[in-house]
Amino acid sequence: MISISNVSKHYGSFQVLADCSTEVEKGEVIVICGPSGSGKSTLIKCVNGLEPFQQGKIVVNNISVGDPRTNLSRLRAHVGMVFQNFELFPHMSVIDNLCIAQTKVLGRGREEAVERGLKLLDRVGLLVHKDKHPGQLSGGQQQRVAIARALAMDPICMLFDEPTSALDPEMVNEVLDVMIGLAQEGMTMMVVTHEMGFARKVANRVIFMDEGRIVEDAPKEDFFSKPRSERAQQFLSKILQH
Amino acid sequence: MGYEFDWSSIPGALPYLWQGMVLTLKITAVAVTVGIVWGTLLALMRMSGFKLLAWLAASYVNLFRSIPLVMVLLWFFLIVPTLLVKLLDIPRSFDTRLVSAMVAFSLFEAAYYSEIIRAGIRSVAKGQMGAANALGMSYGQAMRLVILPQAFRNMIPLLLTQGIILFQDTSLVYVSSLADFFGTAYQVGSRDGRLVELLLFAGAVYFTISFLASQLVKHYQKRKAI
Repeated sequence: MISISNVSKHYGSFQVLADCSTEVEKGEVIVICGPSGSGKSTLIKCVNGLEPFQQGKIVVNNISVGDPRTNLSRLRAHVGMVFQNFELFPHMSVIDNLCIAQTKVLGRGREEAVERGLKLLDRVGLLVHKDKHPGQLSGGQQQRVAIARALAMDPICMLFDEPTSALDPEMVNEVLDVMIGLAQEGMTMMVVTHEMGFARKVANRVIFMDEGRIVEDAPKEDFFSKPRSERAQQFLSKILQH
Repeated sequence: MGYEFDWSSIPGALPYLWQGMVLTLKITAVAVTVGIVWGTLLALMRMSGFKLLAWLAASYVNLFRSIPLVMVLLWFFLIVPTLLVKLLDIPRSFDTRLVSAMVAFSLFEAAYYSEIIRAGIRSVAKGQMGAANALGMSYGQAMRLVILPQAFRNMIPLLLTQGIILFQDTSLVYVSSLADFFGTAYQVGSRDGRLVELLLFAGAVYFTISFLASQLVKHYQKRKAI
């Protein structure tokens, strides 16, 4: 479903991504972790073309992302993305946040869009908040709305860029629960996160990045029990200590 | 010793002064509307990736911000009538001064509005564009549906304040002897030999309207801050 081959990206002389390659099959859940500045967010943003890259190739659902002839908007409409800072549209109500792209990008009728939006709000447990504005919701609620907004587009896969990093600790689980549910339903997911509990529970593979390189790309059992690289061992021992 | 005030010529002149005020408000309304629309386009041009467009917009803004408004007005009073007559085959008797004034104020204000709107667009968090794009929106859709509505909302106080300044600046049309509010007050004053009274009166009216409007802006800001 997602194929990343030999992708490199640099800002001037600074190498952000170096020769990254991996494959994501349909229904797979991939967790990407690594120290900050390791390029994991950049990599995931290359998948839907939000970040350009200079070398290599990314193919999503048989469409080449880097090809200048590719209609990126059309591709992105079917690749859901959830951001660290939610990025809900603050000037619209929750339900309008869920409907705007459905109507303006997918061309759905207002009624159909609202129906789909309400169904998804119910799913993330926020139906009662449909007429509120994002500013009136907690961080965890906002992120759940953001997930629902992405799902409203009927995505073929979902990208999560540190979805719980900006949340107060007590709100992390409500967001993770939604994501675990999605994973268990067979959604193809690439998740940048440090939530190793989430990785243990639903990931198929874990990718560990450092200094723009994919250092480790292994089934989760192997990654947690016997990480090959020293860097990943260090990282794991640090974040799993407590 | 001293000046004897005599306000008696004002009540009778009120209908005429009112006509002047209507003209002033007309010019203000047109210049604010056109200025915001053209200013938005200028801001988008300036922030676009196209170097030539960005350069053109920047030059436009710098040009108009570096010339006194009264000179822009004068030039337009001299140029626009000749152009209109030539291009549109308008009879020479047609009074083009009002159109000239509206065009001049609109073009001039657009330069200022474009800077306000540019700051407004910048004030919208960068991630919003990414989020809009990630949902499949084109640049145009993202601007129209997501970025600009927030930019305008953030900039409403500044846009209104600029409108208040413009309302006062319209009095500069006296250089073309257009009968705006200031012009009518001046005419009545010199006709009756009561210039001091009429100008004091006009000043009080300008002050009251501008002051009330800026209080409204402040009130809006406070409400928004809560």
